Amino acid sequence: MRIEQWFYSLPVRLRSFFHPNQVDEELKEELHGHLEQQIKENVERGMSPEEARRSAMRAMGGITQIEQQCRDAHGGSLLEDFVQDLRYGFRQLCRSPGFSALAILCLTLAIGANAAVFSWVEGILFRPYPLVAHQERLFAVAGTVPGMRIDLLSWPDFRDLRRSCALCDDAFVSKITGSTLNIGDHAEVTTGSIVSANYFDAIGVHPILGRGFEAGEDVGNDAHPVVVISYQFWRNRFKGDPQIIGKTQRLNNVPHTIIGVAPEGFYGTFVGRAMQFWVPISMEETFDRGGYKLEDRGARWIESYVRLKPGVSRAQAQQQISAIEARLQNDYPATNRGRGIELWALWQTPFNHAGELLPTLEVMVAVAAFVLLIACANVGNLLLVRSFVRRHEMSVRLAIGAGRGRLLKQLLTEGLILSTLGTAGGFLLAYLCRHLLVMLLPVREGDGMYLPGAIDGRVMAMGAGICLLVALITGLVPALQTNHLDVAGALKAESGGVVGIRSRRWIRSGLVIFQVCLSFILLVGAALLLESLQRIRSTSPGFSTTSVIVTRVSVVAAGYDIPQAKTFQNELIDRLNGLPGIESAALAAVTPLGYAGYQSSPIAVDGYQPSPDEQPEVEYNQVGLRYLATLGIPLLSGREFARSDDENAPLVAIVNRTMMVRYWGGQDPIGRRLKVKGRWVRVVGVAADSKYESLGETPKPFFYVPLRQDFVREPDLNIRTTQSRQSALAAVLREVNALDQDLALYQTVTLQEQVNRAAAPQLVAVTLVSTLGGLALLLAAVGLYGVMSYAVAQSTRELGLRMALGADAANLLRLVISRGLRLTAGGVFFGTIGALALTKLLRELLYKVSPYDPRVFVSALAVMTVTAVSACLLPAWRASRTDPARVLRN
Amino acid sequence: MSKPSDLVQGTLDMLILKILALEPLNGWAISHRLKQVSSDVLGVSDGSLYPALHKLEHLGWIRAQWKSSENNRRAKFYSLTQLGRKQLEKETANWNRVSAAISGIVKLREA
Repeated sequence: MRIEQWFYSLPVRLRSFFHPNQVDEELKEELHGHLEQQIKENVERGMSPEEARRSAMRAMGGITQIEQQCRDAHGGSLLEDFVQDLRYGFRQLCRSPGFSALAILCLTLAIGANAAVFSWVEGILFRPYPLVAHQERLFAVAGTVPGMRIDLLSWPDFRDLRRSCALCDDAFVSKITGSTLNIGDHAEVTTGSIVSANYFDAIGVHPILGRGFEAGEDVGNDAHPVVVISYQFWRNRFKGDPQIIGKTQRLNNVPHTIIGVAPEGFYGTFVGRAMQFWVPISMEETFDRGGYKLEDRGARWIESYVRLKPGVSRAQAQQQISAIEARLQNDYPATNRGRGIELWALWQTPFNHAGELLPTLEVMVAVAAFVLLIACANVGNLLLVRSFVRRHEMSVRLAIGAGRGRLLKQLLTEGLILSTLGTAGGFLLAYLCRHLLVMLLPVREGDGMYLPGAIDGRVMAMGAGICLLVALITGLVPALQTNHLDVAGALKAESGGVVGIRSRRWIRSGLVIFQVCLSFILLVGAALLLESLQRIRSTSPGFSTTSVIVTRVSVVAAGYDIPQAKTFQNELIDRLNGLPGIESAALAAVTPLGYAGYQSSPIAVDGYQPSPDEQPEVEYNQVGLRYLATLGIPLLSGREFARSDDENAPLVAIVNRTMMVRYWGGQDPIGRRLKVKGRWVRVVGVAADSKYESLGETPKPFFYVPLRQDFVREPDLNIRTTQSRQSALAAVLREVNALDQDLALYQTVTLQEQVNRAAAPQLVAVTLVSTLGGLALLLAAVGLYGVMSYAVAQSTRELGLRMALGADAANLLRLVISRGLRLTAGGVFFGTIGALALTKLLRELLYKVSPYDPRVFVSALAVMTVTAVSACLLPAWRASRTDPARVLRN
Repeated sequence: MSKPSDLVQGTLDMLILKILALEPLNGWAISHRLKQVSSDVLGVSDGSLYPALHKLEHLGWIRAQWKSSENNRRAKFYSLTQLGRKQLEKETANWNRVSAAISGIVKLREA
């Protein structure tokens, strides 16, 4: 700008900078003055006042647009522009509330889905433990058995590891446990952790009252009955008593001194549970089943974590830990030969719910991204339609020199407004959904499941990123459009003329094909998961689940020693089996598909030569009389255990069918020998295969030994009954109390509930994927509907002509629907290719379903087709109602 | 941007300057005058006029003042500045040169 010009224009510029409101008012006044004068003139020409007003408005065009164009002419600063664009953008959105609401709804749902999934990933996988320091350096430690599953550690192994690991900052134990709380005259079950004494120091959490544990409290057998309770526990049970320290609480019938209260918002270190109390590891026998294990290197029961020193990688630490393990193998071959110790990132922790939910959440991240893309395509489509409506406005603004950059800025600002509102709504949605995962899981009473979504800085940053990306996409799609503007044509006041329509139709059709493609992929995924859930549900676990309830009697807490427990078990089983309404009752160390793990043992089999790198190790269960009959596991040959199979009799075992096939070549093994934990055992029976740990597992070798020959003081009690749970339990409790008034029953569960819980990961995956799949389908249908309605509205002339030339309503209906189906077919074509490439990612969640199952693809196609036809019906109906006479007259 | 629009745009600016060179007018009167003198051939809508006026004001070619119009209403009257007068002379000269050249060509083809 030349100096002279600058001088002349300065007053106007200063005014519009310092008094923007006044300038704006004047602009409005000027335009309205014009309008009124025009009306007056129209009236003088003989129009009615109403007609005069309408005619004047028409001549003028949209007042708001003209105002904005005048503001453009001023050409302001960047900030001024932005504020202006923002204001104008809001006004534009308010002018078409239907469009705005639809666009914001689409974005809210899609961004909400993403925010929720990210918040779960953050809260469950990456930062699962609120208040715990340096979680990025925290790793889970688990043992491995070659060629087999994950195992835990023994306390002596853990201590050696902690002592020798120079790359570790610290190592601590946190083993989940349950406890019965005696409150007045009733008992409640709650969840807590057995921890090493360094626990609170190692995780950097400091009790708000009292203290954490001290080094000496690790040592001894039941020597330190002290407990730190959770904030929630303190609030609810003790009404926030400030004098709580030093009081006692009975846990598993043992009085514990309360020494500390954990801070608010600390839930312990187990993904899936909110811990209510922490006890030192020296109290192990009171809380963990299976006797005193602190000095037994072969007893692997410890769930532990290490925190690495800053800058140490997992691989480096793993190397050092493997070296330590090699030394342990060498020093203690009897217990440690062939075993390894492995570090796991927190999100892969094998002994809590993180590992279980990992595949589901991985799939969810992808699915949510798909939904976001579909929503963006949808909003882009809506904006394209609107940008056609706004063609005239855009042309005028270009013509008076707004510049394409300025228009782009305006469109991006509008995109930003939409995506910001969508993101805000999305985060609200994610916040409301933060406890959704727990709601989806079949939860047992008193389970205290806790799987929160965490909306923290990182999730917020992710949301902001998505918001900007969406703003960019939704702003740029209509901006493509301005390249096709014919300024001169549009400047002529009326808005006829079909400019750039071919390319626009292509963009829109492309977007719809894209949407259909993505939602078809999601549909296939959802259908696969649904099919697999069906199969899991209909798969027999190998035992009959109906009318079996499971409970446990608190004999350890009551201080029973082994002989007392044996007598008690015999008497109880005899009493229960004589009761009316109880078909049979049996004891077992572990109930299938529960939380407790089985014992395992290296085995040797007479006449079976293992290959050099094979170390046969098989899991087993210690069961009482009539166990197979009570659970309904068929006995294929031989006999069940008898009362005479006790500690004084020769050792016996019952093997399952898979074990018979693997180690005896399918020959009847009755009378043959098997070496378990170094002792020879004779096979007396063969049981059918059943599910032991999860419903998805493939048949594996397994065997049973008599409870009496591998004794457990507090086994599960399985009861097959024809009565309701309540009355059966009442009867059991009566018998228990007839033997000992002080004994109580632990939490009970039906076998069916146990089976349902085992299908939970699949249930969660199915629910989430099909919810989002449904959402995607809906969005795609809206997109298709939009395109078809628009196409019909644009081609009324063609439709009218066709009708005039003899096409009837049915012809037109067919025409429109077939156009819609052609787009759908394109989307399904690409979607099928995409699905074939992607569904194998679901493999870990699928059970007995091929990711390429043609029936699943066909049913997804059927759903897609029905949806497409319904989306086209309304536009098609409108087309069939075209009035040829009126169309041709225009 | 395509050629014809440049012509329209440049022409609109020049026409406004020319009209205002005769006397200060408000927007409505300018619009009226435009329609009169061009017999609606240019088809300039009011929607295009006001943004153009504001642009010219910001370029310093015209200035605006609020005055009472004949029927005692407040209206914004635009008048030419010195700078605008120079711009008009320049554009008129330019226009005359271009239109002379074009009409020369057109006549040549008729002959």
